[in-house]
Amino acid sequence: MLTGITFPTDAATPVTGTPVERLEDARLLTGTGCFVDDLTRPDLLHAVVLRSSMAHGRIVAIDASAALELDGVVAVFTAADVASDGAVPLIPIRLAPFPESQAFRQPVIAVDTVRYVGEPVALVVATSRAIAEDALELIELDIDALEAVASTDAALAAEGDGVLFPGTGSNLVLRYTAQMGDADTAFANAPYVRTERFSTQRHSAVPMETRGLLAEWDAEHGHLFLSGAAKVPYFNRRALAEALGLGMDEIDLLEQDVGGGFGVRGEYYPEDFLVCFAARRLGRPVKWIEDRREHFMATNHSREIACELSIACARDGTILALAGRLDADMGAYIRTNGGVVPAKAGQFLPGPYRIRDIHVDVSIVVTNKTPVGTYRGPGRFEANFFRERLIDMAAADLGLDPNVMRAHNLITAADMPWDAGKLVPYEAETSFDTGDYPVTLTRCLEEIGWEKNKHLQGTVIDGLYHGIGVACFVESGGAGPRENARITLETDGTLTVAVGSSSVGQGIETAHAQIAADALGLPLGKVRVLHGSTTLLHEGFGTYHSRAVIMGGSAILDAATNLKEHLVAAAAKRLGLPNTRLVVENGGVGSGDRFISLAELATDGPFSANGTFANTTRTYSYGAHACHVAVNPQTGAVKILDFVAVEDVGRAINPLIVHGQAIGAIVQGLGGVFLDHLVYDSEGQLLNASLADYLLPTATDFPNVRAVTLELHPSPTNPLGAKGAGEGGIVAVAGATANAVAAALAPLGVTITDLPLTPPRLWQLISDARAAAEPEH
Amino acid sequence: MKLPPLQYVRASSVSEAVDLLVQGAGDARILAGGQSLIPVLAFRLAAPAVLVDIGGIADLKRIDITDETVTLGALVRWVDIERSTALKAHMPLLPAVMAHVAHYQIRNRGTVGGSLAHCDPAAEMPGLAVTCDGTIILEGASGRREAPAVEVLTGALAAEIAEDEMIVALRFPRWRPERRWGFAEFARRQGDFAMAGIVAHFDQDADGVARDVHIGVIGATDRPTRLPGAEAALEGRIPDAMTIRDACRAVQDEVEPPEDIHASAAYRRALAGVMANQALRQAAGLPAAANGQ
Ligand SMILES: Cc1cc2nc3c(=O)[nH]c(=O)nc-3n(C[C@H](O)[C@H](O)[C@H](O)COP(=O)(O)OP(=O)(O)OC[C@H]3O[C@@H](n4cnc5c(N)ncnc54)[C@H](O)[C@@H]3O)c2cc1C
Repeated sequence: MLTGITFPTDAATPVTGTPVERLEDARLLTGTGCFVDDLTRPDLLHAVVLRSSMAHGRIVAIDASAALELDGVVAVFTAADVASDGAVPLIPIRLAPFPESQAFRQPVIAVDTVRYVGEPVALVVATSRAIAEDALELIELDIDALEAVASTDAALAAEGDGVLFPGTGSNLVLRYTAQMGDADTAFANAPYVRTERFSTQRHSAVPMETRGLLAEWDAEHGHLFLSGAAKVPYFNRRALAEALGLGMDEIDLLEQDVGGGFGVRGEYYPEDFLVCFAARRLGRPVKWIEDRREHFMATNHSREIACELSIACARDGTILALAGRLDADMGAYIRTNGGVVPAKAGQFLPGPYRIRDIHVDVSIVVTNKTPVGTYRGPGRFEANFFRERLIDMAAADLGLDPNVMRAHNLITAADMPWDAGKLVPYEAETSFDTGDYPVTLTRCLEEIGWEKNKHLQGTVIDGLYHGIGVACFVESGGAGPRENARITLETDGTLTVAVGSSSVGQGIETAHAQIAADALGLPLGKVRVLHGSTTLLHEGFGTYHSRAVIMGGSAILDAATNLKEHLVAAAAKRLGLPNTRLVVENGGVGSGDRFISLAELATDGPFSANGTFANTTRTYSYGAHACHVAVNPQTGAVKILDFVAVEDVGRAINPLIVHGQAIGAIVQGLGGVFLDHLVYDSEGQLLNASLADYLLPTATDFPNVRAVTLELHPSPTNPLGAKGAGEGGIVAVAGATANAVAAALAPLGVTITDLPLTPPRLWQLISDARAAAEPEH
Repeated sequence: MKLPPLQYVRASSVSEAVDLLVQGAGDARILAGGQSLIPVLAFRLAAPAVLVDIGGIADLKRIDITDETVTLGALVRWVDIERSTALKAHMPLLPAVMAHVAHYQIRNRGTVGGSLAHCDPAAEMPGLAVTCDGTIILEGASGRREAPAVEVLTGALAAEIAEDEMIVALRFPRWRPERRWGFAEFARRQGDFAMAGIVAHFDQDADGVARDVHIGVIGATDRPTRLPGAEAALEGRIPDAMTIRDACRAVQDEVEPPEDIHASAAYRRALAGVMANQALRQAAGLPAAANGQ
């Protein structure tokens, strides 16, 4: 029974903080992962969605009779069918719940008006996907066109038919002001002021795996199962329960492997309801897999914000005040993410700088385009681009080195915690937790070789204009309110960890296993992490806002603490020692030379304990990006010669994963700078809903990217000391890259204020600048 | 993104394939590498009743080089051209250009006949066919016919091929060994269709004077086309930097670019000139131009 006087030699060495390879990779790389489309069921039906091809119109008639006659077609559902169970449900708002947004929610299926190209009008269910698609073509859909508004300007000018929700009287959902200090006075007294207009283009996440769902209705037990869950399964369960008139205990959402989330996957979308509705109506399992064309028009868009930004400075470069006006194009409806994208753009406008006087006006506007939601670094990518461009412009006006100006204004360790005020109307005051922001800038400048390379700004080498740009950022993570976990020591001596976090492919199976393994002193191989399904825990919150490690990981630590109490109690009985003398360490429980391994203790089990981590205080990671470009003035093509992102994440549970996240985020961000763009015409038609025309970065586009992860200032908000690490790699990419391109082209008189920086656009800017520089004839 | 319902038949010979086209009476389509046709079907932009798969017809997979001609069978794939040592020796322009066509997965399937029949204005092979005096050999219900590529490749996605006809080969006149050539194109990403590209070749006499100048454009026009003004600017002259600049200006004057979501006509026009400079300097053996100038 006693295992001897020495501690077992197979004790695990701590793995938290070490770059262990991802546990999920063996499965994913050998093709043995299981994604939702890998699931099949006897009697399975396939659904496809008939979508509006018109941006704005009144539905006159839907005639599905020919479709219903096609062999293999089981049903065609429209709003009329959904309404037979009561009113057509609306998509609830989960985040940033401005009360004004409620009137702009989306029905799960268009009732009598369509408001964007891609809006669901009918659901066809058939015995195969191909038959369902054949049937789609047989449905006669008659829509009377209404005036479509495809820009915020058009939307705000519209009257009558051009107002998307006539009851609201206007396409302006709301306008609010957030402020700190007294920007008006600061601007009035400032020796230097500059105002510029900027914009970021509509684009979004394009995960390799599109969305997919499989709904099963167990009529006997009155229970609904929905596979394909991701991100926020517990919230979606609540939404579905309400919409379907079911109890929370009558629905479960199940998570499979997920091929990328980036914010857009796993929200509650119209299809989540429709597929469940169909499965219950038909009493048969129904699968829907989004195709790539649908993805571009159905899944949340993001990033389309116009900004007018003013900066007030002292002559020495001290930033005295910042005032901004943001106009956000939200698309046709306010979906689950509410106003969070523009609200976060507003919050992060001042960024990591010591600015006391801030005034931000935010307008949220609906247009006849696909609704907007969060995309990795929501609002930050945009805000950092606006502000960091303006800082470079101000530094040039003031005759200062822009990075000296940045360093001069960055928040330092001595300023911490930094009171960041209440720039988000629906959130409490917040403060930046820890950090020494100039340190990451200094490191970043060293990495890019700023001192030795800055003479290259605007110089021509082999016909290419060189430029180096820098941008600094602060980035929040770890949204509350809670996360839950349960750890079970199974009778075979392994640990099962269930956690409310979801995996979207980011590696939390590994990071969570590392945390649990160390908490109980077991080797990593003994830990199995289950996540994301509502069957695991009574409550969970999921994965967004770089929260899974901070919240889920801390909940696991709490569960481990609770489990240790059980283990100590059990060991005390076995060893005949009082609880107080026993500690759990090195893979067992013991005191001095008396020890029992967990493997052995487990045979009395299983032992299980729950844990919760509740916290509404956010973490703030911070850092700097730098980019060295060479621009071909004849083609407008930009080569990235070097890109480096430096971020202090507080504590990296797995540096390998953090590094991978940073590299991926940089490339994704460069896509947003140069390639990604959802193009609409003035009638609200989406013009590039395919991967042939919507350009994503590929393996050969940006080979020169580097990331440096620092662990200088842990966060005091959670026991791990961790800060968010999944988004810092993207948030300042546009700022740094645009500054680099602007620096390169400055001698030509080109100013960069709008994304994307496509070759034709840069070429046009260069041509225009050259034409303007030529003397008039 | 599933294909519409259709019938699939695999033909074992050209005559069988032609018979199937005749039977299909305009509602049959040839399937070669499928790299363009399958997406068209998946997007349901076309819904033929019958697909005639010619992939099994071995005769169409040959590269034949004689004293007078270089002939590429309709089923010769991009990868076959890219790796052909015979072509590298006898018509090196062809393998060199292949690196610009799509990605290797697509080069493993895409075919000469498919590309010519699809007739994308930005595709490389139609540009080579038109610029290098290619002849397209077709077989149909009324037998075999030959036509200069320029007469078949007359519009965007609109080759002049009868419903009961198929392409069996593309034939080029054999090159002189000392022929000079260049190719340049600009695409948004590696492997994307070109926004503008220039194919050029000429011979040089003992005095270094350019003769028999061929300059063609892809991507910046609604179909691949030769640029006689640019050719004339070079013909009979020594291809030095000045002369090449004149030819590039002629290229910009001559092209009639379309406008789409990716680029303005003005951009494509300028780009065609920049690509012409690169291609012609390569052909002339001048160092790659700093700043393309
Ligand atoms: C991502 C991607 C990138 C690409 N990039 C490029 C590029 O940069 N440059 C480029 O040139 N191409 C590019 N392509 C196209 C590719 O080269 C295609 O393979 C080619 O255009 C068509 O060849 P195929 O053999 O696949 O023809 P298919 O797709 O099989 O057929 C195309 C059309 O030709 C017809 N057809 C085929 N063979 C014959 C024949 N012998 N006689 C008569 N009609 C026939 C078919 O009926 C069909 O209408 C790209 C394709 C993809 C998917």
